[in-house]
Amino acid sequence: MQSLRFRYTAKRRLSGTRAKGIIGVVASGDLEILLERVAPEAACEVEIATPLRGYDETWKAVVGEFVERSSPGGLRISINDGGARPDTVFLRLMQGSALMESA
Amino acid sequence: MQAIATGARASWSQARARERLAGLLDLNSFTEFLDPTERVQSPHLHLFDLPSAFDDGVIVGRGKLDGKDVLVAAQEGQFMGGTFAEVSGAKLIGLVRAARDHRSLPQTVLLLMDSGGVRLQEANAGELAVAELMRAIVEARRAGVAVIALVGGKAGAFGGAGLTAATCSRIAISAKGRIGVSGPEVIETNKGVEEFDASNKALVWATDGGKTRRLLGGADAFAEDSIEGFRAAAKMLLTKIPAFDLKMMQAEQERLVERQTLFATCNDAVSMWRILGIKESEAIRDMDTGTFAALADSIRGANHDAR
Repeated sequence: MQSLRFRYTAKRRLSGTRAKGIIGVVASGDLEILLERVAPEAACEVEIATPLRGYDETWKAVVGEFVERSSPGGLRISINDGGARPDTVFLRLMQGSALMESA
Repeated sequence: MQAIATGARASWSQARARERLAGLLDLNSFTEFLDPTERVQSPHLHLFDLPSAFDDGVIVGRGKLDGKDVLVAAQEGQFMGGTFAEVSGAKLIGLVRAARDHRSLPQTVLLLMDSGGVRLQEANAGELAVAELMRAIVEARRAGVAVIALVGGKAGAFGGAGLTAATCSRIAISAKGRIGVSGPEVIETNKGVEEFDASNKALVWATDGGKTRRLLGGADAFAEDSIEGFRAAAKMLLTKIPAFDLKMMQAEQERLVERQTLFATCNDAVSMWRILGIKESEAIRDMDTGTFAALADSIRGANHDAR
């Protein structure tokens, strides 16, 4: 298993009041994303556990793009990866931030 | 932790475990025990370079079904085949034992089963979990707890999950639900293709599938493959919980002996359906839920208080 950890300062705090949420499932080609509103204001922390090694740059690009687009300030995001493709990762991240904004 | 609610007509077999729970229970009534933020994960999978899940593929908690308090456990069939392992097993066992020991907790447990059996990477813990869960269910039933299995997930209820289902007070199943011990591929590998041709899908579904299980009395309600369908079946079964005593066990023994004699010459499910008096036995496969459920309700032997 490989662990990756990224820290960002987002443009702003993600709207909504939901404290925690989970999306996706650890299945082949899919992933599970746990979102917790525990970080200070604009800070965002992303932790990834993946069985596939050597995709650090791809993860960095996909997660960076997500942070840029949805500005998930205040979230700690934890990922259990089942070998998801970059487009699936991005889709799930967007679903996750939408879930956290939904209440 | 609540999932995004899906439509009530959404397929049960296609839904994730959290979606099933969200739709099965009364709106926003679910409270999870050991939710994913507590990160009670498998301590073993990383040794095999395999990813863990934050809930280890089992979601436990309490909620309301049509206003009635219930305890619930749901297996996520898409994570490691919904398998019994150290953590996932302990969550199931803990829930059933809690119902057994605490009158103040809901005295109804709904098990949303979706499992291929024991997780091979944690086989010893998984086998123990199955044995302990079966014992816990039997003890809980003796203490007056109703345990209802809902079987309609893609992984079915095989191996230890099939055994566990058989210990429950009542079982609801859909056409896509399957209950068995050894799966078709396992039987073919061990006994040869003449014994069971796992590539013959019609044969496999007729043997392990929900319709045959219901007709033979291996399940007590036939549900539509939708979240609303299982909600309706669970509500109905709540009103029909059998006694669990020596008299009932003896009746079950007699019923099984009778069944063995009745179907002694059969070599497939269709020939069993014929003996049950179903004239157009081939039509069973394509029959819609309502028609089939009514037919099953009329078959003697499909309805009993045993098990």
